[in-house]
Amino acid sequence: MANFYQDNPDIEEIIDALDLSEVAALLENDFAFAKEYDFAPENAADAIDNYKRALDICGKIAGERIEPTAEATDRVGNILEDDGTVTYTPGIKLAIELYGKSGLMGATLPYYLGGLNMPCTVLTAMNDIVSRADCSLMNMFGLQGIAETINAFASEDIKREYVPRLATGELTGAMVLTEPDAGSDLQSVKTVAYQNEQGEWFVSGVKRFITNGCGDVLLVLARTEPGTTNGSGLSCLLVEKCPQVKVRRIEHKLGINGSPTCELVFKDAPAKLIGQRRRGLITYVMALMNGARVGISAQGTGVGEAAYRAAREYAASRKQFGVTIDTFPALRELIANSAVDLLASRVLAYFSSKSVDLEAGLTKKFESLKGTPEAMAVRNRMKKYAAFNKMLTPMAKYYASEMAMRVSNNAVSVLGGSGYMKDYPVERYFRDARICSIYEGTSQLQVVAAIAGVEGGLVPEAMEDALDGVELNESLAAKVPAIRQLADELASAIETVKANPGAKMYHSLQARRLVDAGIAVIVAALLVRLAAKNPKREAALDYWLNVQFPQIRAALEIAKGGYTASVTDFETLAPMPKAD
Amino acid sequence: MGYNCVVCIKQVPDTGKVTGDAMKADGTINRAALPAIFNPEDQNALEAALRVRDQHGGTVTVITMGLPAACAILREALMCGADKAYLVTDRRAAASDTLATSYILSQAVKKLNPDLVFCGRQAIDGDTAQTGPQIAEKLGATLVTYLEGLEIKDGYAYATRNIGTGTEKVKAKLPALFTVMEKCGELRPFQARLAMKYKKARAPMELAKETAEAEYAELRQKGLDIGQWTLDDIGCDLSRCGKAGSPTLVNKIVNVVLAGGEFQEFQPTDEDMGRLVGSLIADHTIG
Repeated sequence: MANFYQDNPDIEEIIDALDLSEVAALLENDFAFAKEYDFAPENAADAIDNYKRALDICGKIAGERIEPTAEATDRVGNILEDDGTVTYTPGIKLAIELYGKSGLMGATLPYYLGGLNMPCTVLTAMNDIVSRADCSLMNMFGLQGIAETINAFASEDIKREYVPRLATGELTGAMVLTEPDAGSDLQSVKTVAYQNEQGEWFVSGVKRFITNGCGDVLLVLARTEPGTTNGSGLSCLLVEKCPQVKVRRIEHKLGINGSPTCELVFKDAPAKLIGQRRRGLITYVMALMNGARVGISAQGTGVGEAAYRAAREYAASRKQFGVTIDTFPALRELIANSAVDLLASRVLAYFSSKSVDLEAGLTKKFESLKGTPEAMAVRNRMKKYAAFNKMLTPMAKYYASEMAMRVSNNAVSVLGGSGYMKDYPVERYFRDARICSIYEGTSQLQVVAAIAGVEGGLVPEAMEDALDGVELNESLAAKVPAIRQLADELASAIETVKANPGAKMYHSLQARRLVDAGIAVIVAALLVRLAAKNPKREAALDYWLNVQFPQIRAALEIAKGGYTASVTDFETLAPMPKAD
Repeated sequence: MGYNCVVCIKQVPDTGKVTGDAMKADGTINRAALPAIFNPEDQNALEAALRVRDQHGGTVTVITMGLPAACAILREALMCGADKAYLVTDRRAAASDTLATSYILSQAVKKLNPDLVFCGRQAIDGDTAQTGPQIAEKLGATLVTYLEGLEIKDGYAYATRNIGTGTEKVKAKLPALFTVMEKCGELRPFQARLAMKYKKARAPMELAKETAEAEYAELRQKGLDIGQWTLDDIGCDLSRCGKAGSPTLVNKIVNVVLAGGEFQEFQPTDEDMGRLVGSLIADHTIG
């Protein structure tokens, strides 16, 4: 019987290395909640012990109950019934029930609304664990973001009405944003919301590609300001499942078949306004989206973990030419590369999650301290992490998604013919992983989001933050200059790119390479952090410095080179195929 | 109306993880070499009780007899939703066989005066399946063994029991004792809030002697006390407990080793798997 937390010591190691003591104190209001709730922690060690217990529960359910259902969930998928309702696969139904009953569906929600008041970093670890068991389940488990959004922005009445029931899994939710003509470009949303004479709201329109659109609580992005065409005319509304909302179809997808992707038609559906008008996209959806992106960084990591394990175990047992195939250098490199790639993804995802926790916690603290002499220092740190998050969240989402594709692709390679067959799960991991780089903003959009921070010089700052408080031994101290040097090379490449005559186009063209370099630097610093506590990790750091850094340098060379043909000579390089 | 349920649970060595050093030279179990776990079918028994409470209200109390270390499974039961836990611990209970154990547990159960008592069918260390039925006999409660499903209606238990070749449904008067099988339902996961709370629950014997009294009083105030009973607390006749109350004598323990020739060994290779399937087809096990 596997426990996906206990059998994967990397999770606890990273959580310990990142030290969540400050996060715990901020979230627990300096442990004042312990007086009010008999289960709330009394100090940081108590809180961190609770986090680990919650992860243990999560890992046990994932390993013992969910993973065995994942294959059937993938094959069967959810079913759209004739009456327009959706029947979940047995595995998904069971998962929602178990996670709901265990209280983990409300991991990050406040105590008074039925939650566990846990940090985003812990939710990330949970999403990581859940995604290893069934990648598609994360879409349901991770929908905690819906409740978080309601908690952050809705009125107290709405909060009390919905959040506790979302925390127990009694209700599930969906974020309802995308439309046929509004995908990455959400500003062009056409769904409208209007008020009748009594001031009650109603929503009409069509939404597409809605994860769990069959859920009970729908957070809908709709145009409340007639005549507007941009994001400032959009608001966020809560629509409960009702006859005026129909699931018109569920999509047939490449992967994550356990997650019902719905097309929804709203016909004058009664709605409740969340927060203020016009802030739907600009404030609320952006917050929701950031949370969702953190979720995908965990999802990619989890499915990568599943793929890596399958490949590693298979290679150790499969014999060819009289030896197990994990003795061949080419396969060793494939697998070792996957292992380091996976570790990089996890450490970056957890680090960026901790940064999200610090921003949220410091914001609350600042509000409580306003007007006192300590407030300024808190405010400065809050701003620092806010700036980090604008860069780190998309970086983590981007890296984990791409890693999941690389590692699951490698796993298929390691298993060879068997990997291509449905008899082994790696083809499922490969298909499931593919979505990560598409939804909640494509990899290309993550680069667009992260580049401002990279160009603004935040990479060295984040690197120092990752190294903060680390006690370096002699060997590690000797390696840190190489990381600082790459950070310098990145700074110089940024200058060169900015100085290019076709600055705007050239900048877009090279952004990915600069972001990759920024990620390489931050991950290296985080690997130093891990190695300082666990000497075995120095091997991963060395691998990163010896294999990843040279590739990054080559990419920076291209970025500095001024070559633009893929844009300027596009028609010649990529001619339109002739129509018949 | 609610029903008061008592579940008897046992901490056992995880015989599923038997390795080379799991047995001592004298053939008895080397408990130190095996992790101690919540006996699997006792988990099903707890789930059965929790379901009765979910449906009808009432309480679920768990009892175990053993050393203070057994409190680990009492805490687990609390984390799953049990309302109260008791440890029966007494040096004079050592070396009890199933007869003495069932007597001691029946005395503890009597103190709680339950409507329904649940035990796992058997414990994986001894596999006797005797303790549950013997408790029922001493309580004068209706005994329903091999439980696979349960409904409570109008003050009666409607039970589905496994009879080896199928199942039968029986109607039982309360109070009743059930010995529960896996099919009854897997134990629900810990509730996170309860795990956060009851990780701090302790029985007096788990506390440092010097401060135990004050600490336990504080725990009691917070509802974090695990009840602790000695044989005197539950009114036991000492002649029926421990060695004195145990007519079972272990004559000898034989370590059964299959002689060669009784089995064939197959390696996990394509070739050997081919041989295995071939021989299974040859003796008509498959195909």
